[in-house]
Amino acid sequence: MELLLAIAIGVLVAGGLYLVLRAQTFSVVLGLVLLSYATNLFLFASGGLARNRPALIAAGPPYTDPLPQALVLTAIVIGFAMTAFVVVLALRARAELGSEHVDETGATLDDESPDDADKEEDR
Amino acid sequence: MNHLLLAPLLIPLAAGALLLIAERTSLRLRRSVSLIALAILLDVSLQLVALAGQGEIQVYLVGDWPAPFGIVLVLDRLAALLVALTSVLALATMAYALQGGDRDGPLFHALFQFQLLGLNGAFLTGDLFNLFVFFEILLIASYGLLLHGGGRQRTRAGLHYVVLNLIGSSLFLIAIGILYAVTGTLNMADLGRVLATLDPADAALAEAGALLLLGVFALKAAVLPLHFWLPHAYGHAAAPVAALFAIMTKVGVYAIVRVFGLFGHGDGPLAGVAGPWLAGAALATMAAGTVGAMASRDLRQKVAYLVMVSVGTLLIAVGLDSTAGLTGALFYLVHTTLVTGALFLLADLIAHGRPRAALISSDDERPAGSGPLAVLFFIAAIAVVGMPPLSGLIGKLLILDAARTTPWAPWIWTTVLLSGLLILVSMTRAGSDLFWRGGVSESCKAPAPRRLVPALLLLAASPALVIFGGPMSEFARATAVQTRDTAGYIEAVLGEAPASARIPREVP
Repeated sequence: MELLLAIAIGVLVAGGLYLVLRAQTFSVVLGLVLLSYATNLFLFASGGLARNRPALIAAGPPYTDPLPQALVLTAIVIGFAMTAFVVVLALRARAELGSEHVDETGATLDDESPDDADKEEDR
Repeated sequence: MNHLLLAPLLIPLAAGALLLIAERTSLRLRRSVSLIALAILLDVSLQLVALAGQGEIQVYLVGDWPAPFGIVLVLDRLAALLVALTSVLALATMAYALQGGDRDGPLFHALFQFQLLGLNGAFLTGDLFNLFVFFEILLIASYGLLLHGGGRQRTRAGLHYVVLNLIGSSLFLIAIGILYAVTGTLNMADLGRVLATLDPADAALAEAGALLLLGVFALKAAVLPLHFWLPHAYGHAAAPVAALFAIMTKVGVYAIVRVFGLFGHGDGPLAGVAGPWLAGAALATMAAGTVGAMASRDLRQKVAYLVMVSVGTLLIAVGLDSTAGLTGALFYLVHTTLVTGALFLLADLIAHGRPRAALISSDDERPAGSGPLAVLFFIAAIAVVGMPPLSGLIGKLLILDAARTTPWAPWIWTTVLLSGLLILVSMTRAGSDLFWRGGVSESCKAPAPRRLVPALLLLAASPALVIFGGPMSEFARATAVQTRDTAGYIEAVLGEAPASARIPREVP
């Protein structure tokens, strides 16, 4: 089981890294999701792998470490919120910059800063 | 247990929640809630400094769970100093934002409070996983704040910042997993104790976890190979946001000091694991920041690079791994946070009424009545360069003095002094281009003097740090001594906890 889990985590990380290094925001977001899955599995494994054992110490000797499960739960919640945020941000970048490229500057972007400042002043 | 330790978390949390509910109410109401919360926070944090100043480490067991099992908040001098520094900076930047910057987005005040919640939590927590959670809170609030005001430049800088930090968070969790697998605990004090007597067979794995953690903290602190996000993010953020972010890189420095200090407890296998990486990376960060600051033609970007230089300076001092070095680092940290915060506000004020915003060029006409602004810029430049008579000098002197007897001395002295000279040249050029050469435009007016007050308040800290230099450096020294006394920290947190207080792990 350890080997299977290790391979699964490795494949997820490899896929995640490949996608994160792509220049398209959509791929980057997918890569981040894969990385966070891999991280969650890794955290889960950090307490040692055990089958058919409750995560309750009161239940008696055959138990498994409950802490990693709590950690994974927290990590999943935080990861979910962050993914939601980055999806919205990627959509906004797509709308504002007119392209999915992560380094997209937009055609007239360099001339934008003075206008920006004027806008701020008007407020 | 002193319940006051919880206040720096509860006040911004309550205010932030209230501001979320009150999103559609009048701006006036939201501003008052925000200001009142900040004022109470400042009062509480000063009380905490007084409490920590008595020399005893205060521990708060959340839910009264005994230490290695439950979550602990730990207040020592270092945590109290940083919480107080955060609330001073927050109050001044909020005062600046109230002049109109907070109108650009409905949730500015709520995000600001959540940002403070994350910062205070990161400084106070005594648990590694909790540190991760508070990092995430301060990050998600900072993502929102960074985009405050909108605009394509901000969106692009924000996208890079968010993606990099999400990868950093994944690495943080992996490092936590490794350390938990090796030690069976995540309480920082308990980690220190367990790592001191670690089985040599596990040392390599623990070292891998620790160095991953160093990478994550270095990303937050913007240390050399991981700094590329900083100039864009800080250079394009709205002024009050950028000023508040002046403390964000210091969170990374704080985490390095705290966590790696405890990892080195009792000369265990992880003692000095960060040292060889820190010294070189810090020098390189400082050099790169200096070059960047000289090359920037935009004042805001220049200040962002100055933040990087200050991180380099701080980590040089931290990397010395001595009480004298840490004393210098703490003194410099207070100085640089407040002064770079003031510089971000000044850069925004200078940009007002100029045809090409904060672009440094003598071709542009400056608005009429820029005199007071020029004086403030002059003072800030002197402070940030480290010229007498302001506080940058004392901070740098303390650091250089601490480095004198170490083998790194020639490198540190050369880099710090040369960087100071080059920044002096660069700031002089910027000042003369902005305020001296070029004509005066009669059609636009410089910001009214009352708008300079927040920046002035932040800058006033610099002469104050010189006038009260004795007590301040004494406090910094006491803080450094207490921070380096890891045995005292561990005893304060764990008390008489039994040595084998962990879940016996059964290998299937």
